[in-house]
Amino acid sequence: MKTKTAKKSFLTPLKAAKYLFMKPITFKFPFQTREASQRYRGFHLNDWEKCTGCGNCADICPNEAITMTEIPEIEAKPGEKNERPRIDYGRCCFCGLCVDICPPGSLRLSRDYIHIDHATDSFVYLPKDEKNDRERFVAKEDYSLFKASLAHRKEDYEGFVSDLDFTLFEPQRVKMPEITLKERKNTFIEEVIGYSKDEAKEEALRCLECKLCEDACPAHLKIHDYIRAIYEDKPDESLRKIFEDNPIPAICGRICMKHCEDVCSLSLRGEALSIRWLKRYASDTIADYKTTLELKPSKPTGKKVAIIGAGPSGLSEAYFLRLKGNEVTVFDSLPKGGGMMLIGPPPYRLPVSSIEKDVNYIASLGVEFKFNTTVGKDILFEDLLESYDAVYIAIGTHVSRSTRVKNSEKCMLALDFLSENKIGKGVKVGKEIIVIGGGNVALDVAREALRLQNIQYPEEETVTKTISLEDWDEMPATEEETDGAKEEGVIFNPAWGPKEVKLDEKGNVSGVLCMKVKSVFDEEGRFHPTFYEEKEMFLKADMIIEAIGQGSDFSFIPENLKLEFTERRKVKIDKNGQTSIPRVFAGGDIVNINLDAVTAIADAKLAAEGIDKVLLKG
Amino acid sequence: MSQRELELFFGPQHLGMVGNFSITLNVKGDRIVEARANPGYLHRGFEKLMEYRNWTQNFPMVCRINVVEPDSMEMVYAMAVESLAGIEVPERAHYIRMIVLELARLASHLFGAWAYSNMLGFDTVAQWAMAYRDYVLDLFEELVGGRVYHIYICPGGVRRDLPDGFEEKVMKFLEALGGHVPDFDAALFNNRIFYERAKDIGKIDAKEAVELGATGQVLRAVGIKYDIRKIEPYAAYNNVNFEIPVREDGDAYSRLWVIRDEMLQSASIIMQCIEKMPKGKVYTRTPNPFKWLIPEGETYVRVESSRGELGLYMVSNGGNRPYRVHFRTPSFTNGILVLEKLLENASIADVGNIMISLYVVAPEIDR
Repeated sequence: MKTKTAKKSFLTPLKAAKYLFMKPITFKFPFQTREASQRYRGFHLNDWEKCTGCGNCADICPNEAITMTEIPEIEAKPGEKNERPRIDYGRCCFCGLCVDICPPGSLRLSRDYIHIDHATDSFVYLPKDEKNDRERFVAKEDYSLFKASLAHRKEDYEGFVSDLDFTLFEPQRVKMPEITLKERKNTFIEEVIGYSKDEAKEEALRCLECKLCEDACPAHLKIHDYIRAIYEDKPDESLRKIFEDNPIPAICGRICMKHCEDVCSLSLRGEALSIRWLKRYASDTIADYKTTLELKPSKPTGKKVAIIGAGPSGLSEAYFLRLKGNEVTVFDSLPKGGGMMLIGPPPYRLPVSSIEKDVNYIASLGVEFKFNTTVGKDILFEDLLESYDAVYIAIGTHVSRSTRVKNSEKCMLALDFLSENKIGKGVKVGKEIIVIGGGNVALDVAREALRLQNIQYPEEETVTKTISLEDWDEMPATEEETDGAKEEGVIFNPAWGPKEVKLDEKGNVSGVLCMKVKSVFDEEGRFHPTFYEEKEMFLKADMIIEAIGQGSDFSFIPENLKLEFTERRKVKIDKNGQTSIPRVFAGGDIVNINLDAVTAIADAKLAAEGIDKVLLKG
Repeated sequence: MSQRELELFFGPQHLGMVGNFSITLNVKGDRIVEARANPGYLHRGFEKLMEYRNWTQNFPMVCRINVVEPDSMEMVYAMAVESLAGIEVPERAHYIRMIVLELARLASHLFGAWAYSNMLGFDTVAQWAMAYRDYVLDLFEELVGGRVYHIYICPGGVRRDLPDGFEEKVMKFLEALGGHVPDFDAALFNNRIFYERAKDIGKIDAKEAVELGATGQVLRAVGIKYDIRKIEPYAAYNNVNFEIPVREDGDAYSRLWVIRDEMLQSASIIMQCIEKMPKGKVYTRTPNPFKWLIPEGETYVRVESSRGELGLYMVSNGGNRPYRVHFRTPSFTNGILVLEKLLENASIADVGNIMISLYVVAPEIDR
């Protein structure tokens, strides 16, 4: 393009003289001001209640302007740290990456930007917002530009804030492939298929490595390390990291109660990282633990330890003690290892082959297993105490409780049902089943029963119902379980309690007479159900299974040894995991109140250290 | 009368500010025999710093290389990362990027017009240019939350969608600026004094300009239609119509006229973008910044910044941060090679005139 040059003249500029008579476009600061824009990137705001102290802001800051500072006044909830970001405005470049990485969205930038002070220290600032700091944040009418500083800021003056569509983290997890609902209802094959390599890597990529999960995990697995190894496509490295703290990853990778995922930063505004499924991926990818891990017991100590119970706690204890060079023997009354894991979780969630993988590896380290051996019957506890240097009790809760209502002896007990189905001869189910209970075990029973009905009566109409004292909001089962059961067609009757089991003329069960629950817990929160006696309902059934909880049988321990219990009827242990009986340690469901595998492993770790100390002394 | 040759230290001085660029002149009388540019006053080592920050952390930093027009820096970095990592940018983001880049070009050119007219003593025009630049900064503040460093064009797209009513505000601004063009012309471009002061100052011919690697206005002022937006269209520049303004004379006067005409083209591009911009996503989420590894590879990407060809050569060795970064900045050739050449035989009084007409931004040289 060729622009024509206009005629040049000395006079043309005089046209500009008209501006002499126009209003200026500038304004007189500070008597006149203008508002910063809605998205202004000014000083920080931080909602201390939402902030978890994860430290991602400090990690992403390109200028290292953010330091995580311990605030002693803050009592950190589980999965949080009592640290809060502190900003050095001598370094901050107001880029807002900290805002875009903040998982809870507590860190924001405000529209304030004026700070004048001769003290350089005043530029280092611990941001809060008007909710936690009434002093610094003043109402609009009290705000004065002449006082404007980090100590005098406007309230409700948010600028650049987090937006989930633009966060630097991925709030959605990689979907776990599952078999279809239709397939699920008719089979016991595993529901979840497991991540492929690419899916696992993509999911592992989401981890921000803030390590809040590691504090929340009872066994303190090095989660960020093994997730990173998966991302770097080193499943063997990942497995080695897992085995430092958890010797049963194939089991835990399927049924762990995942305390870690509950506190995951990503879960605050999105979906938690699939930590459990990634552990499962690591253990499933490595076909043979032994060649990968190359773990060998230390040189023999010459000490012998007996472990009662081959569940998660017993298996872990055996693993930890064996690696320390001790002779370990595990006794269990079941025909295989796994304990409650073997009989409890339905095969569609935890197949026996996965349990065997973990148990066989621990056996391969030189741990001796004595199955089908009940302590107190086949071998006496006193004899164990005599011939071993230490004993670890991890017997779990293998005695199902009964409602003890009239005719309840005609009902089947949950654990009998589950173990018979999983490792026994199988159960012949009825067409109309009632499961009493509202916990995870009850729902496992119901869902297994429903599958058995679909398999045994393929063309006929069958029904599985549950009744539970608790209403929806207080039901102890996890959401995952209730949702799964609902999808499959289990019918719930929440807030109903059994009054009597009715029998027909032949003496077989015909149904349950229920009454409406008034309240489950008393004012102090203790379990104390009350009922509306007059509100009754009859539910027809030809099979009733009670799943209202389990207890333990300590009758194998002679009374003269005086095993002490806590107020909550748990075995009392000291800081080394030792019970009131010297040289006898305990862990697992009989000790902790979490009643899950990973806490059982944590107990075992504690006791392993304790036993080591005792053995060294002895 | 024989004259002694003297060495004269000119600067450190720069557009408006003193302190970050200098020229050493060998003079005879008031004629310059030889000139040597002395950069380095502003060296912050960005290219090295970037080797120590991850892919995400780098993007708020690149804009600092050119204060006057940070957006092309962000753009070229985003393009390099996208090309190495194979990231697709949503269509709408391309248009938003173009709006931002052209607004930045306007702001930068207005700043250049301010510098040149201020240097010549056209204070009124300088004030107008500065005022309109500030209106562009207002728009940026509205869009990105910052006036000078925008930190907006990120790998994967842009950081936020346009706020409500932004397009209208842009149109309003363009109308206001357009309405002011006759005044700018009257007071500066058609002013006889400007003609006399700028004509034949810092004159370069086409052959020399090409040999010295000049780009941008310097090249277009000698009649060469060289514009990366046409040669190698990025974003959605192939979907908009615009001209490359050129002049023939290769002097300061021609360069300023090219800048003026380019502003009109930029305004037209922005209006076309607003009209053609599709709805939809504006950001493809990039991977977790703490774990983001980019496959091994190297790339050279370039954009047409307000000063000429801005290129970025970046190498990844498969890690979480660049292995090597190198910027090809237009001020480097214009501000050192071309400047030294043009100062030969010029008079001392014209040094500022020539330097500012070359539109040099010292931070671009010292990256």
